[in-house]
Amino acid sequence: MEVAKTKAPIIPGSGQQEEIKAASNEPSLRSVEINLTYKTVGDFAVDQAIMAARDVNVFYGDNHAIQHVNLDIARNEVIALIGPSGCGKSTFLRCLNRMNDTIESARVTGEITLDGEDIYQRQMDVVMLRARVGIVFQKPNPFPKSIYDNVAYGPRIHGLARDRAALDDIVHTSLRRAGLWDEVKDRLEMPGTGLSGGQQQRLCIARTIAVSPEVILMDEPCSALDPIATARIEDLIDELKQNYAIAIVTHSMQQAARVSQRTAYFHLGKLIEIGTTDVIFTNPSHKLTEDYITGRFG
Amino acid sequence: MNNPHPAGLKDLVARQIPRRYRAEWLFEKAGLGALVVGLGFLAFFFYTLVMNGYTAFWQSRIALDVPLTAAVIDPDGTRDVDLIGQANYQGLLRDALRTRFPEVTARGELRSLFALLSPGASFELRDRVLTDPSVIGSAVEFWAVADDDVDMLIKGHSSRDVPESDRRLSDQQLAWIDALQADGAVEKRFNRAFFTSGDSRDPELAGIWSATVGSFFMLLVTLVLSFPLGVATAIYLEEFAARSRWTDLIEVNINNLAAVPSIVFGLLGLALFINLFGMPRSAPLVGGLVLSLMTLPVIIIASRAALTAVPPSIREAALGVGASKMQMVLHHVLPLAMPGMLTGAIIGMARALGESAPLLMIGMVAFIVDTPQSPVDPATALPVQVYLWADSPERAFVERTSAAILVLLVFLLLMNAVAVILRKRFEQRF
Ligand SMILES: Nc1ncnc2c1ncn2[C@@H]1O[C@H](COP(=O)(O)OP(=O)(O)O)[C@@H](O)[C@H]1O
Ligand SMILES: [Mg+2]
Repeated sequence: MEVAKTKAPIIPGSGQQEEIKAASNEPSLRSVEINLTYKTVGDFAVDQAIMAARDVNVFYGDNHAIQHVNLDIARNEVIALIGPSGCGKSTFLRCLNRMNDTIESARVTGEITLDGEDIYQRQMDVVMLRARVGIVFQKPNPFPKSIYDNVAYGPRIHGLARDRAALDDIVHTSLRRAGLWDEVKDRLEMPGTGLSGGQQQRLCIARTIAVSPEVILMDEPCSALDPIATARIEDLIDELKQNYAIAIVTHSMQQAARVSQRTAYFHLGKLIEIGTTDVIFTNPSHKLTEDYITGRFG
Repeated sequence: MNNPHPAGLKDLVARQIPRRYRAEWLFEKAGLGALVVGLGFLAFFFYTLVMNGYTAFWQSRIALDVPLTAAVIDPDGTRDVDLIGQANYQGLLRDALRTRFPEVTARGELRSLFALLSPGASFELRDRVLTDPSVIGSAVEFWAVADDDVDMLIKGHSSRDVPESDRRLSDQQLAWIDALQADGAVEKRFNRAFFTSGDSRDPELAGIWSATVGSFFMLLVTLVLSFPLGVATAIYLEEFAARSRWTDLIEVNINNLAAVPSIVFGLLGLALFINLFGMPRSAPLVGGLVLSLMTLPVIIIASRAALTAVPPSIREAALGVGASKMQMVLHHVLPLAMPGMLTGAIIGMARALGESAPLLMIGMVAFIVDTPQSPVDPATALPVQVYLWADSPERAFVERTSAAILVLLVFLLLMNAVAVILRKRFEQRF
């Protein structure tokens, strides 16, 4: 951690691109081409950052899908990532637990830290990282196994439970926190794929929190759900932020306004504006943000 | 109202409609026609096979009163199994025939009388005595296997209405058979030997058992080799290997291998396994190796298709909770792909079961009577047996060829049924 800190160009509390540029003159292990050509409106850094992204670029082949993004995620906050389709919200989110590693053409540069450790450095085990930074996908994707096994899978492979009783405990607690317990407590052995869409998504959330991650990434978790199921998930997100940092991609501005404390607006691969949700929605500084918020495009 | 197609649109569409329906009708009828033609060929194929083959499941037998004289079978009364086994049962059967037809005395006539029975009849009589030695000393009614020429006559496969010189049976032999039939001493009984014995020069004694066992050993070797190898290759290519020019090249080659004529694999097996490695000829082990080479591409292709059919969301879900790639594959992808892989494997095995050309190359076309006890014993295989019999001049081998094909088809049907059942059993919704 110490090593990472000295070489990491992260200055908590500073939102100034110029400072970042200065700090990143130090040699980095990975030869990152530092070229801060884009300046985000607003303060992207926070005091209590659990994750910090600095000058993150993602390329899909020649497609420069994420360009020079700097963004912090604070402990116990919900940060919403909004923006028109194809602007790179999912791509950025997936960088945070290296899900992009699975895409062959994807190349990530820049630096992302979790608790001060560079997650892209060689010593970082990707399996460990994904246990610490969980992800919930757009389409509910429970395993075609029982509800119990769905939730127990993570704890099992990470060896989090000493015995069956401890595992039961983890599964039950996770289902309770995901707000699914009352609906499934009598049928834990039923296949998870037999649940309704909203229940499946809560099952996926239970599966994610069963490994006690520090950060939960959610990629449009409600886009496949009806309004009632959506409201349940939003309540759940509100509760989960007591214990986790949550980054949520959403297409619904109402949703972003309801659940998040900060909002980041992406446009064509660039982070245009970042600020508290109140300010972004009531008084955006950037013209593009304002256009999107007021529904002029998107 | 501001209609951009005032009346025109309706007319335009209306003009198109009959043509569209006509195209649809044509397509449907063409498909139906193709189906009918295909089914017609299949029905014809089954019809000829069954009509030609079903009689082979019965075998003509001749009833004789055989005196099991103790002086011939067990002169010392020791009941020693070895001695009983070596007695002259053929003599006993001939005596019985002579008793039945006392008027036949000339040597030549006697020879043609004895020719009504199969050479295998005396072995059956011996076995009967050995299983129940208490019958020694009494006379028993014994249904002796008839010679194949007699069998063909009884089954109506050979005609009486041709000149004697063109017949396998003489007028005299026909008269004897008629006399026996008049007594009710000729009957068609279930042909167990067809299922329990090996090949023979005498059609009435020839069976498919040794070929079946040979095929079984061969498929076992093929399955054990090609399934794990094929699945492992598919998993590596599909889940681990990065796409590159090399994987593309490998893919093209695998697809090509699947289309290589099987005889080429036979030649390869001959050169590699027999000539280079010195493995035994005619052995199911080598046959299995050759068929593995042939089946491997089929299994790899099917397994890769099964793997690609697993939705990526399942992989993301597993990776997302921190599973390693290996865990993702073993815990989630493989179980979902398994039905497809098994189906592919069984279809590949079914193809291997029906293969004969490569086996000819490695000497599995030999005349083999004994049932192989292990994969390194000389053996033949069902399709090769069919080939051998189809090539034999005796009329009685014609029905046996068809019957062997029917048995082969039953095995293929069973394997495909298993494939369907496995697919249904393990199919999971995702
Ligand atoms: N797997 C991929 N391979 C190549 N290009 C991709 C891939 N995923 C996304 N992209 C490209 O990256 C850009 C950002 O996509 P994405 O992150 O999915 O946007 P969003 O989630 O904001 O709709 C788009 O131009 C898209 O075409
Ligand atoms: Mg997206």
